[in-house]
Amino acid sequence: MWRWLHPYAKPEATYNLLQKLLPWFVALTLVTLVTGVVWGLAFAPGDYQQGDSYRIIFLHVPAAIFSMGAYMGMAIMGAVALIWQIKTAEWSIPAIAPVGAALTIVALLTGAIWGKPMWGTWWVWDARLTSELILLFLYVGVMALYFAFDDARTGAKAAAILSLVGVINLPIIHFSVEWWNTLHQGATITKFERPSIATSMLIPLLICLTGFAFLTVSLVMMRLKNEILRQELHRPWAQQKLEQD
Amino acid sequence: MSQLSGGQTWLTLLKRDLRIAARRRSDALNPLLFLLMVVTLFPLGIGPGPDILARIAPGIIWVAALLASLLGLERLFRDDFQDGTLEQMCLLPQPLAFNVTAKMMAHWLLSGLPLVILSPLLALLLSLPVQGWWALALTLLLGTPALSALGAIGAALTLQVQRGNSLVSLILIPLFIPLLIFATAAVENASMGLAVHGQLAILAAISVLTVTLAPLAVAAGIRMSVN
Repeated sequence: MWRWLHPYAKPEATYNLLQKLLPWFVALTLVTLVTGVVWGLAFAPGDYQQGDSYRIIFLHVPAAIFSMGAYMGMAIMGAVALIWQIKTAEWSIPAIAPVGAALTIVALLTGAIWGKPMWGTWWVWDARLTSELILLFLYVGVMALYFAFDDARTGAKAAAILSLVGVINLPIIHFSVEWWNTLHQGATITKFERPSIATSMLIPLLICLTGFAFLTVSLVMMRLKNEILRQELHRPWAQQKLEQD
Repeated sequence: MSQLSGGQTWLTLLKRDLRIAARRRSDALNPLLFLLMVVTLFPLGIGPGPDILARIAPGIIWVAALLASLLGLERLFRDDFQDGTLEQMCLLPQPLAFNVTAKMMAHWLLSGLPLVILSPLLALLLSLPVQGWWALALTLLLGTPALSALGAIGAALTLQVQRGNSLVSLILIPLFIPLLIFATAAVENASMGLAVHGQLAILAAISVLTVTLAPLAVAAGIRMSVN
């Protein structure tokens, strides 16, 4: 595996790989996201209790899941950056953090819009809402720390350490907040038993999930590409690339 | 010069920090005065009724304690970083993660322990029922080591940042949340006469976890800044 991964420690190789893969990921994102969202919003049956307003689940749940997934990815990249000192892993932290923060905001906003007709309020101090908000604060902390340093490499290392500290704390925060107060409906599809959702709604939801997964990965790839170019601007290969495009 | 053992080095570092603090007493006193003043503000803002004050006392005291613990953090490593002491600490034969625990201990003795001692006064000011007093002191005793340890992470990561104080607050406040939840729940239960062992046990567990793992992150942060 190492012989296969080793070349990508070189930024240029990673950049070329990203450039080759990105169109495929964008295409996959478009196909799955459009299918999933159109199916979910227009063709899936309405809920017997919540009527049509439940349909926001097709945006809310994937955004919430990948807001946490992105943090996990960022922490893994942080560990890679700290252990093997790979520069591209360091740069992927500022590439992932804003995407994750944006997904967190989407999850919070769609949650508020869903909460208004269902619970009668935009915001309640419920366990999952609160931990999602805290997740946003953690993202903000990582980003603020990364950009606070004059030297980009030190900033990346500090952000990597903080994201690791955060990933250890995240379950503790989550369960303490859960214990503190809960009103949110139970998890719909992450249970290990049979999911408590009808198959006709589950399939579009799963397609939306895949769509959001590809969307997250594509956005991170785009940002990482830009970050590599920005950091390697003084090297000849980067200038050649800029002239080509 | 004979070589110091690990324990001797640790004690030397601890004594050095305490001596420095003894010569600049205001550094350690200011956060405590800040805490006292913030606690005084609440009855003025909300009204002096003892019922409502007793109801919100645990939350106020703990939030004020969290904010006060953010105040002195910059001094934890900043001076030692600027005069090169941290570099010398990195060069000691003992692991850096072990040595920073001495600094964390000194910080706790100067910021956490006074809070525990001060807590009956705060409880009295906010008319907390007497059966809640010992719970408040216990939560502070169990929780403040974690505050010092987490604070050390924030201080170590922002060593090279100019005016990093607001950044430290931004990083640390989310990490303080579990402590706040369990501590206030314990004090509330105690003032209603309910059992508090569960919350205290979880607080102790969080403290043990933080105090054991934080030195690694602190050491990594210092190494990153010193190089």
